[in-house]
Amino acid sequence: MNTILITIISLCAIGVASAVILYFVAQKFKVEEDPRIDIVEGLLPGANCGGCGFPGCRGLAEAAVKSETMEGVFCPVGGSEVMNKVAVALGREITAQAPKIAVVRCNGSCENRPRTSMYDGAHSCAIEHSLYIGDTACPFGCLGCGDCVEVCQFDALHINPSTGLPEVDESKCVACGACVKACPRNIIELRNKGPKDRRVFVSCVNKDKGAIARKACTAACIGCMKCAKECPFEAITVENNLAYIDYNKCRLCRKCVAVCPIGAIHEVNFPERKVTPEAPQASEE
Amino acid sequence: MLKTFRIGGVHPPENKLSSSEKIQILPVPEQVIIPLGQHIGAPATPIVQKGDYVKAGQLIATATGFVSANIHSSVSGTIVAIDNFTDAAGLSKPAITIKVEGDEWEKNITRSEKTDHNITLSKEKIIEAISAAGIVGMGGATFPTQVKLSPPPGNKAEILIINGVECEPYLTADHRIMLEKAEEIIVGVQILMKAIDVKQAVIGIENNKRDAIEKLQSLATKTLGVEVCPLKVRYPQGGEKQLIKAITGRSVPSGALPIAVGAVVQNVGTALAVYEAVMQNKPLVERVVTITGKSVKHPGNYLCRIGTPISKLIEAAGGLPEDTTKIIGGGPMMGRAMVNPESPILKGTSGILIINDKEGARKQSRNCIRCSKCVSACPMGLEPYLLMTLATHNMLEDMEKEKVMDCIECGSCSFTCPADRPLLDYIRLGKARTGAMIRNRKK
Amino acid sequence: MNKLLISPSPHVHSGDSIEKNMYGVLIALIPAFLCSIFFFGTGALIVTLTSVLACLLFEYLIQKFLLKQQPTILDGSALITGVLLAFNVPSNLPVWIIIIGALVAIGIGKMSFGGLGCNIFNPALVGRVFLLISFPVQMTTWPLPAGFSNSYLDAQTGATPLAIMKEALKSGRSVSEVLSSDTLISFRDMLIGNTGGSLGEVAAIALLIGFAFMLFRKIITWHIPVAIFATVFVFTGILHICNPEHFAGPLFHLLTGGMMLGAIFMATDYVTSPMSTKGMVIYGIGIGIITVVIRTFGAYPEGMSFAILIMNAFTPLINRYCKPQRFA
Repeated sequence: MNTILITIISLCAIGVASAVILYFVAQKFKVEEDPRIDIVEGLLPGANCGGCGFPGCRGLAEAAVKSETMEGVFCPVGGSEVMNKVAVALGREITAQAPKIAVVRCNGSCENRPRTSMYDGAHSCAIEHSLYIGDTACPFGCLGCGDCVEVCQFDALHINPSTGLPEVDESKCVACGACVKACPRNIIELRNKGPKDRRVFVSCVNKDKGAIARKACTAACIGCMKCAKECPFEAITVENNLAYIDYNKCRLCRKCVAVCPIGAIHEVNFPERKVTPEAPQASEE
Repeated sequence: MLKTFRIGGVHPPENKLSSSEKIQILPVPEQVIIPLGQHIGAPATPIVQKGDYVKAGQLIATATGFVSANIHSSVSGTIVAIDNFTDAAGLSKPAITIKVEGDEWEKNITRSEKTDHNITLSKEKIIEAISAAGIVGMGGATFPTQVKLSPPPGNKAEILIINGVECEPYLTADHRIMLEKAEEIIVGVQILMKAIDVKQAVIGIENNKRDAIEKLQSLATKTLGVEVCPLKVRYPQGGEKQLIKAITGRSVPSGALPIAVGAVVQNVGTALAVYEAVMQNKPLVERVVTITGKSVKHPGNYLCRIGTPISKLIEAAGGLPEDTTKIIGGGPMMGRAMVNPESPILKGTSGILIINDKEGARKQSRNCIRCSKCVSACPMGLEPYLLMTLATHNMLEDMEKEKVMDCIECGSCSFTCPADRPLLDYIRLGKARTGAMIRNRKK
Repeated sequence: MNKLLISPSPHVHSGDSIEKNMYGVLIALIPAFLCSIFFFGTGALIVTLTSVLACLLFEYLIQKFLLKQQPTILDGSALITGVLLAFNVPSNLPVWIIIIGALVAIGIGKMSFGGLGCNIFNPALVGRVFLLISFPVQMTTWPLPAGFSNSYLDAQTGATPLAIMKEALKSGRSVSEVLSSDTLISFRDMLIGNTGGSLGEVAAIALLIGFAFMLFRKIITWHIPVAIFATVFVFTGILHICNPEHFAGPLFHLLTGGMMLGAIFMATDYVTSPMSTKGMVIYGIGIGIITVVIRTFGAYPEGMSFAILIMNAFTPLINRYCKPQRFA
């Protein structure tokens, strides 16, 4: 009986003493933090993907609380909706940003772009890129090792085994931009998602002269200027033998798609086009 | 006991198939492509126009900046293009293309076989001549030689080390020139000693080249300050830091140049080129290249004009074998696989190795079994297994702490890995990224 | 001509492979296996076969159906785990206990961490210690060496030299008394394995032959076993000099129990031992000290498996702080 009593009393005493010590230590080393950081962090998606450029969601929350204007503080995953909530919570105003999506600008499938060598190194685009031209004759195109797939935390990118190219799953992509950074050839771009998710883009990044580009890949932009001349909104520029559509100027009229002799300009999520006799069918998408 | 370096190292099968083949002269091709960037540093600037007639040995492009080298025409003929060409890796690089007409050399170039022993030029004049001749490190690093011979202020060279190690399997070009051009090399060494003002020079040669050691030893005994040091066969003994360690016992500190321990290292090929430049006025327009491989009909060593398409060399050795899977510029441990056999022979091309299908493809990489064989193989005392993991996770700060910048990319780790992991592939990538990070930090 | 193959350097490989190393270890285990058959008869054969087959089967099933990978049972690692597990149990252990041991060794010790190369603890030892704690009676009933006259489950049993020593010391007798009495066998018998014990651990000389073979084939380096032997020798030597009546001498400790098997084959397991030579030496010293502490001061007569498992846990820490010697 005595033993049990002594045990219970001594254990309780140790517990109380520890609690007192812990309390004072906690007081002594307390870190004063803006309580709003916790609130903002709670509003964010919590994926910690780093797509905003800050170290995780808490990093963005800290930056948002500190920043007066909220400029440069934007969560690509949550988009305007979340940022509006954050702005409301902090009592600030922000301008809406259009939602974006990752776009793969290469159509050099196995069919369009014949293989000229066999790569046998470590399965990484970055390593293949630093070694040589790649296993096709195009020094700009997709290498197909899937560095972008590897970094995507949202399972939104997959290599299509029949084309050997990555494909973006529109329902899953949150435009965090991890793939853009991972791609050693800068093929992936974040573009405006567009009204009704419709968008038009040049699916090629080859800057070689037309003949050389064409020899390497039948889907390569040859810089013929037809699209730039056709565009009524001056959204298309051709630089270094390569056309680029400015998504802020593009009004989705799709005239460029029709004139492109290569079919390098892709349209996405448009309804089936009525076949008109003079405009040739340009793209399969 | 033969000397060697202390930690790490491997011993790949030597396969020196062409070591008894005399150096042959490869016929001058119909057209040569001379790239402007054949060295480490900025590409040279062309000083000729399309349509110009040039003679062999004529300067056609001048060095751009301090770390760069002059480029000379290796043939006589008309310049047909100053344009981009496709290099061995398939990428576009600037080059001068010359259509060959006859074989007319610049007047002041001596082309006799007789060895001239009489060094008359002063120290400054020697470095000037070397710089003018566009000489770069012939072992493959292609670092401009005149830069190496002008130590930064505050450093004093004490010893000249001549690298005749040729530790890469298959390659025999250095071996052959040590046998056939021994006298010229010894004079070249004396010129280099005068250029950096040292009293001692050591020629390091691995013990699998007994004939070359004996030949050079017999000449060195007659020459003041020059000695030959036979070394135990071990890869990567030709690495600058490993060679200095093996011969002098001194360790070059991490991140420092060999001059920090008073050593200057030059390749035997460079010594020969220096001899030709200083004594014969001949710029670097040709070099000895080994063409070898287990399926190659006639492996051999050829004296080639710079800019000769590699395919011509392969033809001379009996054509491309049926079972070719890989063509490598350099040796099997550090050479680069090429996609374009039409690309030219460069100043730094020490050999062309053709790999057949038996040893071609790599095996499937498997889990690391933590056997620590890569750690004991690393000649720099690094931990390749750890560096690869860090590289795959892009942990650059940690890589820097683990001394990734000391990696000499010798490939001993990948060579030895029982799980066939591509260790060096990832380490090289991580090293490049870490290097970029460090450079950005300094800005 | 086919398309050219392109890869970064190096373009050649030593030809070394996981299989070569693993089967090399197995070859090194053959002398000890032959000795155990010689001394323990059919029991040794049955236990080893059961253990190996169970390990291979569990590895295959887990890889195929739980992890959905390509099974890699032919790489030899599960084989080694099976053999080592069998070597660490008495030769009269019932088959069902061995199968449980194999399941724990492969399932918990190895595959739960992700398979070969990912495990923290030596799988065979995880299985062994699990059995030792779960079935203490069966695991410490050692058949005496009697060759093929031993039947599998019905052998004449006795204690190991370590257990005899421990009991005797507890009951107040002195070391010299124990050594001179007939209950304990001679050092010569310990060397060749003519003593009670786990089936693979008894023949010190056979294990040393295996060690020499592995060193010759460059499968392992000398650092870990030699560090363990040296530490045990020095530590027990000091204890013996301080009080020769209470502590047995170094030779006794080196030749008894799982010392040889553990130091040569278990502690040197690639996956769970440190990477740098300095780390290996520290690891070996740690194992040596812990083993001697358990043997002389602890409740168990033998401490080798616990010592190795404890040092396995320290391996990541050792790897972090013991870097190989850098070039400069």
